[in-house]
Amino acid sequence: MSDQFLFATEVFFNGLMAGVLYALVALGFVLIYKASGIFNYAQGVMALFAAMTLVGIMEGQVPFSHIINAMFGTEVHHFGWHVPALLAILLTVGVMVLFAWLVQRIVMRHLVGQEPIILFMATIGLAYFLEGFSDLMWGSEIKTLDVGLPQGGSFWIEDMTAGLGSDNFYGFFIDNLDIVATAIAALLVTGLVLFAQYTKQGRAMRAVADDHQAALSVGISLNFIWVLVWSVAGFVALVAGIVWGTKSGVQFALSLIALKALPVLMLGGFTSIPGAIVGGLIIGVGEKMFEFAIGPLVGGATENWFAYVLALLFLVFRPQGLFGEKIIERV
Amino acid sequence: MLDQSDSYVTEDGRTIGGVVMEMKNITLRFGGVVAIKDISFDIREGEIRAIIGPNGAGKSSMLNVISGFYVPQEGTVEFHGKPRPQMRPYEVAQQGIARTFQNIALFEGMTVLDNVMTGRLNHMKTGLFQQALWKGKAEKEETANREVAEKVIDFLEIQHIRKTPVGRLPYGLKKRVELARALAAEPKLLLLDEPMAGMNVEEKEDMSRFILDVNDEFGTTIALIEHDMGVSWT
Repeated sequence: MSDQFLFATEVFFNGLMAGVLYALVALGFVLIYKASGIFNYAQGVMALFAAMTLVGIMEGQVPFSHIINAMFGTEVHHFGWHVPALLAILLTVGVMVLFAWLVQRIVMRHLVGQEPIILFMATIGLAYFLEGFSDLMWGSEIKTLDVGLPQGGSFWIEDMTAGLGSDNFYGFFIDNLDIVATAIAALLVTGLVLFAQYTKQGRAMRAVADDHQAALSVGISLNFIWVLVWSVAGFVALVAGIVWGTKSGVQFALSLIALKALPVLMLGGFTSIPGAIVGGLIIGVGEKMFEFAIGPLVGGATENWFAYVLALLFLVFRPQGLFGEKIIERV
Repeated sequence: MLDQSDSYVTEDGRTIGGVVMEMKNITLRFGGVVAIKDISFDIREGEIRAIIGPNGAGKSSMLNVISGFYVPQEGTVEFHGKPRPQMRPYEVAQQGIARTFQNIALFEGMTVLDNVMTGRLNHMKTGLFQQALWKGKAEKEETANREVAEKVIDFLEIQHIRKTPVGRLPYGLKKRVELARALAAEPKLLLLDEPMAGMNVEEKEDMSRFILDVNDEFGTTIALIEHDMGVSWT
């Protein structure tokens, strides 16, 4: 095996791992879109908010400390305790469920039956509100997140593969965190699919995604299902936030990965969970391989635009995406 | 309980019980258009009540009032002898009133069996966490409800398409699946909005037979809309 081929293989695997993270974010979009026809622009900010809340709870930060200090002239910042990661994650899930309920109660409930573009605009508003709100609540400085996920290159894989081609091949470098993230994502998706297929609430969720009127007629409360779906999307956002936050710190840029999920959705189709996963992997691998093969010829930095150009090509030739429902309009 | 003091037995041996649902002076307006004007009628336990009339007479609107999709401006709806407060459609369904639609409202992406199982949702009481963890009680409940669903599927002779996604079925069969879903709810009152619309003669005969059989076998109270008088009188 030539070194060149081995390098390409390594890049391929790294791409696959990056793709898993894109897929995680895209999954949150698909869930809400399927159940309510809302394209939730705030999904990325929800991941940021979830990660910030998790750090804040773990560190024992006082929420809204800036406001409190400014109003009362106090100097409170921390409660002085540290919450164990697992408990903090559970509490954060609680916060996301509360958030889902508030979104439904205050915003979405009043917009039932409105044009999709209006719902979309509402989620843009929600995104910017949530962004400011998280800064206000937890402060805007970059935070590190460590819930105990392993990090750094996997020595095991490196040792196994060292010297494969020639003696000066050092072995594959694959981040442990990426491997764990893949396992978590696989677990999450399996869990979601089982939930949707085999439980009462899952069946109701699929029913609402399919036909609102029919769902009402068999006694399903749309409000309840929408809160449930936003909660699940909040949970997915938390998982994505944990993985991304561990990898590159909890910071505003986290919310921008949501934009990377857009080309993933174009590829996979907005209504398909397998589509979100396959789309994420294609984008992840595609952009890494493209950078590896073509990047040096055009001066690099192709990762910034590759995904969007690929999505554009898909829009031209297969607008419904790989797995999306084909749009057939009866004339 | 239902007041059974004035129940009676028909010539063909069916027992017609007390009043399940009573509509009193219902008036429904859309802006300036009056869809229903001061209509009263009742539906008795065990009977098949046909609502007939020409297009635009307000038959479907009436059904939508009963099932909570429309809220009348005047009049009261009494269910089991008690005036019913304003309710959302899903709450009406939870009370035990199932319905079908004129233009079929099925879950097209789901299989026939899954569609029928959604009719059982109101009979499943386990909570979110029990369901998610799939513990004993939830599993037992699923099995019991599955049995009812399978019975309804057998009864309406759609076993051969149990696993077929509804979107792929022809119109006549979709109508039957919709009836199956409503029936699976074991409703106290079954509302059928033009169950025979758009069918050929053979399908119409099948459907009429099924409706009569449902009423016969389960004693289900049925209110149906039809403007084909031939059907209404059989």
